[in-house]
Amino acid sequence: MSGSTTFVPKNPVLKWFESRLPIIGLVHSSFVAFPNPRNLNYFWTFGGILAFMLVAQIVTGVVLAMHYTPESTLAFASVEHIMRDVNFGWLLRYMHANGASMFFIAVYIHIARGLYYGSYKAPREILWILGVIIFLLMMATAFMGYVLPWGQMSFWGAKVITSLFSAIPLVGDAITVWLWGGYSVGNATLNRFFALHYLLPFMIAGLVVLHIWALHVPGSNNPLGVEVKSKKDTLPFHPYFTVKDGLAVVCFMLFFSYFVFYVPNYLGHADNYIEANPLVTPAHIVPEWYFLPYYAMLRAVPNKLGGVCALFGSILLLAFLPWLDTSRIRSANFRPVYRVFLWVWFAAVAGLGYCGSQEPVGGIVTASQILTFWYFFHLLVVLPLLGFFETPLKLPATITDAVLSTTRGSSGAMVAARTTASPSVDG
Amino acid sequence: MAVAVASPGTPPTRRDFLFIATGAVGAVGIGSVVWPLISQMSPDASTLALASTEVDISKIEPGAIVTIKWRGNPVFIRHRTPKEIKEAQDTPLSDLIDPATDQSRVQKPEWLIVLGVCTHLGCVPLGHEGPYDGWLCPCHGSQYDVSGRVRHGPAPKNLLVPEPIVFLTDTKVKIG
Ligand code: HEM
Ligand code: FES
Repeated sequence: MSGSTTFVPKNPVLKWFESRLPIIGLVHSSFVAFPNPRNLNYFWTFGGILAFMLVAQIVTGVVLAMHYTPESTLAFASVEHIMRDVNFGWLLRYMHANGASMFFIAVYIHIARGLYYGSYKAPREILWILGVIIFLLMMATAFMGYVLPWGQMSFWGAKVITSLFSAIPLVGDAITVWLWGGYSVGNATLNRFFALHYLLPFMIAGLVVLHIWALHVPGSNNPLGVEVKSKKDTLPFHPYFTVKDGLAVVCFMLFFSYFVFYVPNYLGHADNYIEANPLVTPAHIVPEWYFLPYYAMLRAVPNKLGGVCALFGSILLLAFLPWLDTSRIRSANFRPVYRVFLWVWFAAVAGLGYCGSQEPVGGIVTASQILTFWYFFHLLVVLPLLGFFETPLKLPATITDAVLSTTRGSSGAMVAARTTASPSVDG
Repeated sequence: MAVAVASPGTPPTRRDFLFIATGAVGAVGIGSVVWPLISQMSPDASTLALASTEVDISKIEPGAIVTIKWRGNPVFIRHRTPKEIKEAQDTPLSDLIDPATDQSRVQKPEWLIVLGVCTHLGCVPLGHEGPYDGWLCPCHGSQYDVSGRVRHGPAPKNLLVPEPIVFLTDTKVKIG
């Protein structure tokens, strides 16, 4: 499956080049001839959308860095300077700030897709784990980026999150001071966060290469969760999936543009337009929306170390999913009980997100505790047991069988005819 | 590592020696380069130099709390009323999460000086708030009493008392 290519360029210069560095063949086999399951739905376009978002963040980020000053007395003003004085600075900053949110919307859908269709199961465990690592690096990058404008939310978000490390027994306080480079979040912290915020996206890009490499060994999973059995089950990446991904990226850009041009501050916090003040904590500090579920878990546990463990554990557990889920059936479409549990779990995560946005009083705390419990119960108890008790539905023998049977009837003959005529995949 | 071939009986060869010696120097070399890379992140000399602050406390009315900045962090100076002092001293240690007597936290009972950094995750607690009338942390709801001792989590510890505190005169105090 990993498309080894027989691609030979026709142009003599390219031929000369290709025989020395076969990179055109690599691109051809990975993104042109690569055989993808023919039944992929639009949830499979989010990989392409994520790649687009990474590039968008890097491009806007590098140009912002040309105008931004990572110094605690100047940072806030330099962002205002970007907004008011730099040509199109407002656009670049709004694209970058909202781009981070869009990036997370896409990654959450991408992860949910993997959970629903069982994409983490053998033989895709490494692919999945690389994804979890990318997700962690994205969170680190976005967190450090949010500190850069040096507003009140930047400062206090940084303080609260870095203080998580002080929960580590014995060495916690020393580690926190080391991370800060001082006795509190300050100039040293801002400076190092800027350096790392610049660095991490490129590390993410490197991991994305590994992620795609690991994807191209077994090939993509698909909505049926049935492996590709023959060439008939696949279509070449180009033009079928380049166009499908392209359409999805354009639609996503429309959605993204709506935020950038019409409600650029909707996802942000007004407090971040107040310069950082180390002596006053804003009345209600909340992280960016994409961290809210984890924030709710942190607050749900009335013990400092316990809360921190819940926070990190909730993400680390995802890496173990291939072994926590004991069912061999991939797609939730064929797992009637898992499907219900999964939707409940999605609802629990959304509920945690809501709790994270509210003040931690009364019912909100209890609700966060119940939902946090359920988050872990699902992963640690429901998933391992379900594999033994659930009776899955009957799987189709091949992707082609299933595709043809759903379109059977009046148009069935036509579809069958089209299938036989579908271009064969060379390579 | 097929190099460690010195099977029992055969004396170590020159190659074994070179292998181990190179490995050892390499390890020391890596260590000596990594340490500066780690250490550079710790507070630098200029940060360490900003150690102490002197405060004039003559204008602080009984009942009032004043916040000053020390080493980048807020410090609360609270002029406690007799009622507050009594409350703090009468609290049984068995009621406390992080037991400490009020006497162990103050030099003069009317002056409580604590770091304004919540021991949970570092927010600045709000004074005269919460059921113990000490402080209430706006971030995750930790409650502190009039001695700055934690009474309700998630914070695990009492507000820290900065060290050293020296009363230079009756109206002047030096912190750090
Ligand atoms: C994974 C990709 C990235 C993500 C998720 C991300 C996220 C963020 C976020 C959330 C902010 C705060 C925006 C605000 O509220 O103002 C920010 C700011 C910033 N980022 Fe990034 N970023 C990424 C890549 C980059 C790269 C590659 C650079 C290149 C140097 C960069 C440079 C900056 C600069 C200079 C700022 C401060 C200006 C501002 O606040 O608008 N970012 N980033
Ligand atoms: S920082 Fe004070 S309660 Fe969390």
